[in-house]
Amino acid sequence: MDGFARGSGLRMAPDNKHLEITLETQVESVNLAEEMCLRVAEAAGFGEDDCYRIGMSVREGVINAFHYGNQERPDKKIYLAVDLTAEKMIIHVLDEGTGFNLSDIPDPLAEENLLSTSGRGIFLMRAFMDEFDVLSGKTGGAEIVMSKKLPVPGGGSPNGQGGQNAAPEQEA
Amino acid sequence: MSLRATHRDAGEVTVVDLSGRITLGDGSALLRKTIRGLLDDQRKNILLNLADVDYIDSSGIGELVHGFTSVKNQSGDLKLLHLTKKVRDLLQITKLYTVFDVYTDESTALQSFK
Repeated sequence: MDGFARGSGLRMAPDNKHLEITLETQVESVNLAEEMCLRVAEAAGFGEDDCYRIGMSVREGVINAFHYGNQERPDKKIYLAVDLTAEKMIIHVLDEGTGFNLSDIPDPLAEENLLSTSGRGIFLMRAFMDEFDVLSGKTGGAEIVMSKKLPVPGGGSPNGQGGQNAAPEQEA
Repeated sequence: MSLRATHRDAGEVTVVDLSGRITLGDGSALLRKTIRGLLDDQRKNILLNLADVDYIDSSGIGELVHGFTSVKNQSGDLKLLHLTKKVRDLLQITKLYTVFDVYTDESTALQSFK
């Protein structure tokens, strides 16, 4: 995954597309990031369900950066980058916090955590995207990297049922 | 679309009709304020009508859980009515579908509080 171009000597194939934006640490950035990525996803040919999953994952990534990474401090920034390759849409969300390890995140599906009022964002990103990881960012914070395979032209999405923990089909 | 909330009394039950998105910020805050207001008025049997709620993020899920536990702590009940497919799927993958009482019919939901 390619990530942030700033000073990194990024090299990409000429037909790949890269977009990045610096966001303020404020609630409005969550909606802005979601809307921006939804437009990219729609332009890339993702269907409605996948657009929903991508939009939700971006929301959760930026909420994580806003709340947990940057501790809602307005002097810190959130960096969002989107790469479109021939195979997938890759999203990076970088904060200026102190980083975290995925293994330290409590399982929101554990019986004792079901009534927790927080802690589901990482789970949702994992569920809705094909690939998900958290790296140590260049700013010292956490860099969430997640991707979704592009739909097959004329054949719908190859992964229309969601990501790593996709929702089961179950009647209410 | 931001969240809107209106409520109506049906006997001992208050039905809260929600429309829009329950997300970080105003949506979650309005849901919290609405439930807190009902509890302050001793309206402890609450049915959330989510027919026109097509989007909930993790903050909104957290707010639903907060409302549920707040009402339970006051010996009341908070139940859900008319989930859209997206919201139902979200509650299923987070295993909250088994925590909340969910109904597809308002009269059945109202009867369940008795």
